[in-house]
Amino acid sequence: MSPLDDRRSTTAPPFALLAEVTHRCPLQCPYCSNPLELERSSREMATADWLRVLGEAAALGVLQVHFSGGEPTARRDLAELIRHASQLGLYSNLITSGVLTAERQLADYVEAGLRHVQVSFQDADAGGGDRIAGLQGAHQKKLRFATMVRQAGLPLTLNLVVHRQNLDNLPHMIAMAESLDAGRIEIAHVQYYAWALANRDALLPSRAALDEATRVVEAARARLKGIMVIDYVVPDYHAVRPKSCMNGWGRQFINVMPSGTALPCHAAQILPGFEFPSVLRASLADIWYRSDAFNRFRGTDWMPEPCHSCERRELDWGGCRCQAFQLTGDATRTDPVCALAPDHGLVGAVRSAADGEVPAFVYRRFGADLAVR
Amino acid sequence: MSQAEPKQRKLVSGASVPRFAAHVTFRFDAARDKWIVLAPERLFMPDEQAVAILKLADGSRSVDAIVDALAAVYSADRGEIAGDVIDIFQDMADKGVMTL
Repeated sequence: MSPLDDRRSTTAPPFALLAEVTHRCPLQCPYCSNPLELERSSREMATADWLRVLGEAAALGVLQVHFSGGEPTARRDLAELIRHASQLGLYSNLITSGVLTAERQLADYVEAGLRHVQVSFQDADAGGGDRIAGLQGAHQKKLRFATMVRQAGLPLTLNLVVHRQNLDNLPHMIAMAESLDAGRIEIAHVQYYAWALANRDALLPSRAALDEATRVVEAARARLKGIMVIDYVVPDYHAVRPKSCMNGWGRQFINVMPSGTALPCHAAQILPGFEFPSVLRASLADIWYRSDAFNRFRGTDWMPEPCHSCERRELDWGGCRCQAFQLTGDATRTDPVCALAPDHGLVGAVRSAADGEVPAFVYRRFGADLAVR
Repeated sequence: MSQAEPKQRKLVSGASVPRFAAHVTFRFDAARDKWIVLAPERLFMPDEQAVAILKLADGSRSVDAIVDALAAVYSADRGEIAGDVIDIFQDMADKGVMTL
């Protein structure tokens, strides 16, 4: 923490806290956004630490807390955390696989003040869904849980992660969301970090498959206008401009890992040359305004050309630092996804794999052998 | 799974009574000195004019009553106010943030 670089006067407070309360999860999705080196339960912060973090978040100006993981309902104290968040005036959202929660547990969350639930689905049916999640019976449990959420009177978002192995089923997945009475669907093409990067060739769709999916989404949006909101995240390897990653580094989001490490985004830990602060040793306010990690790529001063003089610099905030690092080895480079980037050619080589053979998945698990690839 | 008849998009009329959906919070945020709308995985910061309109959507006033109330305070043409009011409520309803 350098007292010389305190950005309190020039930086707005974060909107949202992503609370990754555990990395434990019964699912093994091969595109999981958790790090390859998962944090074991012995490293998870205690209830008292999370309660303090929630208090610091509210004081800092955070408005929404997303309880996520791993599978957040694996923690027995989740209802207590939700209750505290509610008492602090935070809007609490549960991001879950839906396979662990019994009806009574959900009732506890609702009673504690939970406002919204997002449930992931891996495919439109049990055959595909259970195979991709790496868990027998998962799809059926998810259907039951999603129904329970609506019966409890909570709004439901379905999170549909799509890729070359389930993209053909997208119309069926949308129909499933309708039958489950979801108010919102998040259709997200896999973003290539962590486990998804290890499985990239097994997941990245061809340009033709992407274009067909986009057409399906646009038709569904028109048909379901005023009934269901559809958010759509495209795979940026096929884009010409980079995504506005996290809407800018250290601008809106703060992510806290199970062990208490605070990150500007859930993938940032892969970046070398960083010492990410821990909420066990510094306050969330100090981390947000004064840590080198959060200040490093904040705003536009750090940008190289062509970003620094680009008219879109405050729209896409230079794209994604992790992607720049993964593709070029240097996190300060322009995101190669941008057609204006000097390294844009690197993306073409990756894209060509999407037309090739489909390799086997490396499933997400503690101690997975990544050499399997 | 629900077997209810298919849902339909609702359109704002003068008789509509808009209100925030049960899972949405519209409140003042002291840290930012702004009114905010908190919705599932979304957050809106309406401008001053929109805030004046949204504050009147208390679940008992109709759109016509809201337009009347605004027309009594602001000097703008009633038709113009009605257009703005309908646009905002339709947009919020389409986003699932308000019911009509």
